[in-house]
Amino acid sequence: MDTKQSKKMKTTLLTIGLALTIISCNNSKTEQKAADNTAETAAKAENTATNDQEGGKAITPVLDAYLAVKNALVNDNQEEAAKAGGTLATALEGLDISQFDADKQTELQEIVEVAKNHGEHIAESEIGHQREHFEALSQDIKDMTAIVGTDRALYYQYCPMYNDNKGGMWLSASEEIKNPLFGAKMMKCGKVQEVISL
Amino acid sequence: MKKAAIIILILSIGIQFIPMPKNQSNEVPKTDFLQTIEAPVNIQQMIKASCYDCHSNNTNYPWYGRVRPFAWLLQQHIDEGKDELNFSTFQEYSGRMQREKIRSMISQISDGKMPLKEYLWMHPEAELTNDEKEQLIKYLEKLNP
Repeated sequence: MDTKQSKKMKTTLLTIGLALTIISCNNSKTEQKAADNTAETAAKAENTATNDQEGGKAITPVLDAYLAVKNALVNDNQEEAAKAGGTLATALEGLDISQFDADKQTELQEIVEVAKNHGEHIAESEIGHQREHFEALSQDIKDMTAIVGTDRALYYQYCPMYNDNKGGMWLSASEEIKNPLFGAKMMKCGKVQEVISL
Repeated sequence: MKKAAIIILILSIGIQFIPMPKNQSNEVPKTDFLQTIEAPVNIQQMIKASCYDCHSNNTNYPWYGRVRPFAWLLQQHIDEGKDELNFSTFQEYSGRMQREKIRSMISQISDGKMPLKEYLWMHPEAELTNDEKEQLIKYLEKLNP
């Protein structure tokens, strides 16, 4: 760097002013994000305090948020899906893992971690990317119900056409098919593969 | 005009002395992705050349890579990149998370979102041809049946 630096100093100087402006813009964005996060954490603390987490009920806020993401995607609503994705990440953080079977806790911890990651991505992506994460998330939520149980009947639904015909699944609280992976484009694609009952 | 030039000169030299971390490490940790998968050499080279600068603990810095303010921009990319996926510590992810990261790699590569366009401007050699993308995706899909 030292020898070449002087040679290129002229060009460097010319661009430096511009680059500095870009950086200062970026910084203020980061600060805004940090402020939002603090607000989110506060909201989460409130949620956890009021949650009565026992048995299948512990999963209620998680399923509520997951299904809110699903419904938003059915309606092609990126904004609502993003909001629900954030709620989902918060709900997962609030899940008290220690109340479940000791030998299942590691797996549950891993599921929560991955699902939270999906929620965070859904909170800040365009709709195609939201759907990708939602599809992957659906498997995690299904695996989670196998450990935690469920507070409502869930329908495991599958559309073979998603992702270049590789197929994709999701969970719904109603039997009727409304496709969140395609939305209005192919609302009816899919069928119930399995019912996860109470 | 002359005064302004002098001020910019002093500032731009001054900022070179603001300390900042360097994303470099001499050892390849046991948790490294390429260390643990037995990938063919060409796959390893592709991943190393196109991903490791921002997604590992070892960045191959370009000459301007330590010159502020470029270094700051670079550092921001590296921080964000490693936060999302760090190949150096890949084995520290849970099995479920590893599968998720591989799923995500496949989707990012096939959507053309990675490697980042901004990165390719300065590193044209890191660009993957369609053929290379196909090979890479096929390989990653084998890891994630």
